[in-house]
Amino acid sequence: MEGGRPVSKANETDAVSKANETDAVSKANEAGVVSEVMAQGEARSDAQQMNMIQAINSALDVMMDRDPDVVVMGEDVGYFGGVFRATAGLQQKYGKNRVFDTPITECGIIGVAVGMGAYGLRPVPEIQFADYIYPALDQLVSEAARLRYRSAGEFISPMTVRSPFGGGIFGGQTHSQSPEGIFTHVSGVKTVIPSTPYDAKGLLIAAIEDNDPTIFFEPKRIYNGPFDGHYDTPAKSWAGHAEAQVPQGYYRIPLGKARTARAGEALTILCYGTMVHVVENTVAAMGIDAEIIDLRTLVPLDIEAIEASVRKTGRCLIVHEATRTSGFGAELLAQVQERCFYHLEAPIERVTGFDTPYPHSLEWAYFPGPVRIREAITKIMKD
Amino acid sequence: MSDPIGSVEGQAGRNLPPLKLHVPEPPARPGEAADFTHFDIPAAGAQPRPDEAAQPADMRDMAYGLVRVLDDDGQAVGPWDPRLPAETLLKMLRYMALTRAFDARMFRAQRQGKTSFYMKSTGEEAVSIGAAMALSRDDMCFPSYRQQGILIARDWSLVDMMNQIYSNKGDRMKGRQLPIMYSAREAGFFSISGNLTTQYPQAVGWAMASAAKGDTRIAATWCGEGSTAEGDFHSACTFASVYRAPVIMNVVNNQWAISSFSGFAGAEATTFAARAVGYGIAGLRVDGNDVLAVYAATRWAADRARANAGPTLIEHFTYRVEGHSTSDDPSAYRSAEESSQWPLGDPVARLKQHCIALGIWDEDRHAAMDKELAEHVRDAAREAEKNGILGHGLHHPMESMFEDVFEKMPWHLEEQKQQMLDEWKAAGL
Ligand SMILES: Cc1ncc(C[n+]2csc(CCOP(=O)(O)OP(=O)(O)O)c2C)c(N)n1
Ligand SMILES: [Mg+2]
Repeated sequence: MEGGRPVSKANETDAVSKANETDAVSKANEAGVVSEVMAQGEARSDAQQMNMIQAINSALDVMMDRDPDVVVMGEDVGYFGGVFRATAGLQQKYGKNRVFDTPITECGIIGVAVGMGAYGLRPVPEIQFADYIYPALDQLVSEAARLRYRSAGEFISPMTVRSPFGGGIFGGQTHSQSPEGIFTHVSGVKTVIPSTPYDAKGLLIAAIEDNDPTIFFEPKRIYNGPFDGHYDTPAKSWAGHAEAQVPQGYYRIPLGKARTARAGEALTILCYGTMVHVVENTVAAMGIDAEIIDLRTLVPLDIEAIEASVRKTGRCLIVHEATRTSGFGAELLAQVQERCFYHLEAPIERVTGFDTPYPHSLEWAYFPGPVRIREAITKIMKD
Repeated sequence: MSDPIGSVEGQAGRNLPPLKLHVPEPPARPGEAADFTHFDIPAAGAQPRPDEAAQPADMRDMAYGLVRVLDDDGQAVGPWDPRLPAETLLKMLRYMALTRAFDARMFRAQRQGKTSFYMKSTGEEAVSIGAAMALSRDDMCFPSYRQQGILIARDWSLVDMMNQIYSNKGDRMKGRQLPIMYSAREAGFFSISGNLTTQYPQAVGWAMASAAKGDTRIAATWCGEGSTAEGDFHSACTFASVYRAPVIMNVVNNQWAISSFSGFAGAEATTFAARAVGYGIAGLRVDGNDVLAVYAATRWAADRARANAGPTLIEHFTYRVEGHSTSDDPSAYRSAEESSQWPLGDPVARLKQHCIALGIWDEDRHAAMDKELAEHVRDAAREAEKNGILGHGLHHPMESMFEDVFEKMPWHLEEQKQQMLDEWKAAGL
């Protein structure tokens, strides 16, 4: 993605053959090497149109097929296939020993996943909504995240916690939150957030193969189609979107690698998840030559991509839906300030959710939409 | 992966059978006949009624039986019959029918796009109404999202409830919460959380506070059977037991938790009332579609709590007749026949049959009442809709979003509020 041009997804796809052992490619840096090796001229073979749910389902299917140690568990994920249908058909295909409903206890789900990981399995628990991950916090923060460290690698916790997050569906304060900043603050967990069906599948596969615990937050507002931030216009589907062309087989997108969603010279916009689309649309509407970096992985962060872009443009806007204070944007702002200060031509700006719970009726006043992004861009470009 | 820890190496020659994982499966899935043969339903009136001050250890059987008052002929029988006057019975019937009419109307309102979400309590009305009527008006309730019947039995304003559902400018919660997440302090109804079972230890805390202060009020809380798996349920039981808190903990076992049957909360192994046994608290298991049984059990537990004899855990055995919520389609995971074949019948129909058998009610009056209640609810909805429906502009002012995060608004929220107003103004909105 260097050079500030949109890069074809194929360059980041390592179509590692199924014969490869999963642990052989389990580390992000190794994966990076592999993907570079595989980079040349790899088209999206056997691609088909998928929405983000289908892409996630496909990633789980591919990984369950490749690795008998991968297990899927969570509230309503088994027979029913999940309240968002992300695990549909998996129990029927792989059996109840590998795909099962759980009691409604998030603390239990994650604690059990730690135990299964200690045995040698590769659990992919689902937390039905990110808003319900808090009861599991102790098992995640004190246990999963620290197991490798406190046992000096004797035990690991290779789980990937999938969870829908973010607002825009009139879910009120307990079906709308973006708690990624809570996890990026914890040493020992990786945090991944896709923004397209293609990325969702490739990143989820990489997360499952990764030997460290990974939080995989799925922006549910864009499960069924990209969202431009204009809530009052009809919802779009993923049909016809380039990033909804998803290979049916195995591919991975290395963790820790950002994506240049749009190459440009005027300013750098750092974002992830739903906000990538809101930003893209606002930028297009303004006709400004912004460079939009979709972070994809918050921890570990692709600092090289960020640095290269901000050094080039000299201006930086950070956009996320999560609340502002101690949000991940604060970390991004600090990083950019520390590394690019002498290249900056304007103060760094943040557009974020407000520091309130997510309101129900005033959802769209809360959501950091096109109005606020436009204002921030205008302000940055003025200086 | 590498070998599992403590692998099979050392076991060569021991010839042990392979271990097997048990994953529960409900008796019937879509397309299959409903199957309730595994239920053991004792006859109405068969359960003994222990003294309210009985030691938990002396009444363990109650956690495995089923307290039932109304028999198949609509007669109230046995030691649990609360012997309610005709006037109270008819009031109960009316509250249950009103709850059902309210649910029907609000479900339709969601389907018409007037709000984002709704949850019915169809088939479970007796659980809320029976309990609310057995408690004192000033006892404190910590409900889940399916006990709208408590507000209705406490004569709370339907318009107020609907304003909350429409998230409109009349909503006392200022449009902040998902529909049905009511809060009504004046009605002794605690603010409902979307996070399951958090209300359980909170109810215990309220009850402990009441005891510590020498008050006379008790607390009651409700959660679904699926929600008993949450750690908060077990924390609550431990505190309630340790401090003999004056609290009634209700488990509404409606057999389903979204798509997961009660087996995923442990029902294959024991009853939910039996959770009480391990904690050394009184446990009752009640026919939740028999409003007289619910009333009697709640009354028993309330008297026990008021006498400083400790907490009670009550399992209400009932059935979730409709989908989990407006976002759910149960035909995807359970037998379509189940609700019509539920062996404990319909709570409204059963009380109606009882009242008719007593000679205090008849079909004509019932039909007239249903019609009147439907009109009553319709009128309330029209009134509430004057305050707006979701997404049509009649909401609380935008800056109200920043209020109540703290008692006093700190500088950063002041700043964000101003920024929002400036930006919207600049954008000409
Ligand atoms: C902590 C938490 N986890 C998960 C959910 C999602 N959820 C909402 S209701 C529900 C099922 C609850 O079932 P049950 O306790 O049986 O109550 P019922 O809906 O049957 O009344 C689930 C899993 C939630 N609201 N909160
Ligand atoms: Mg239930």
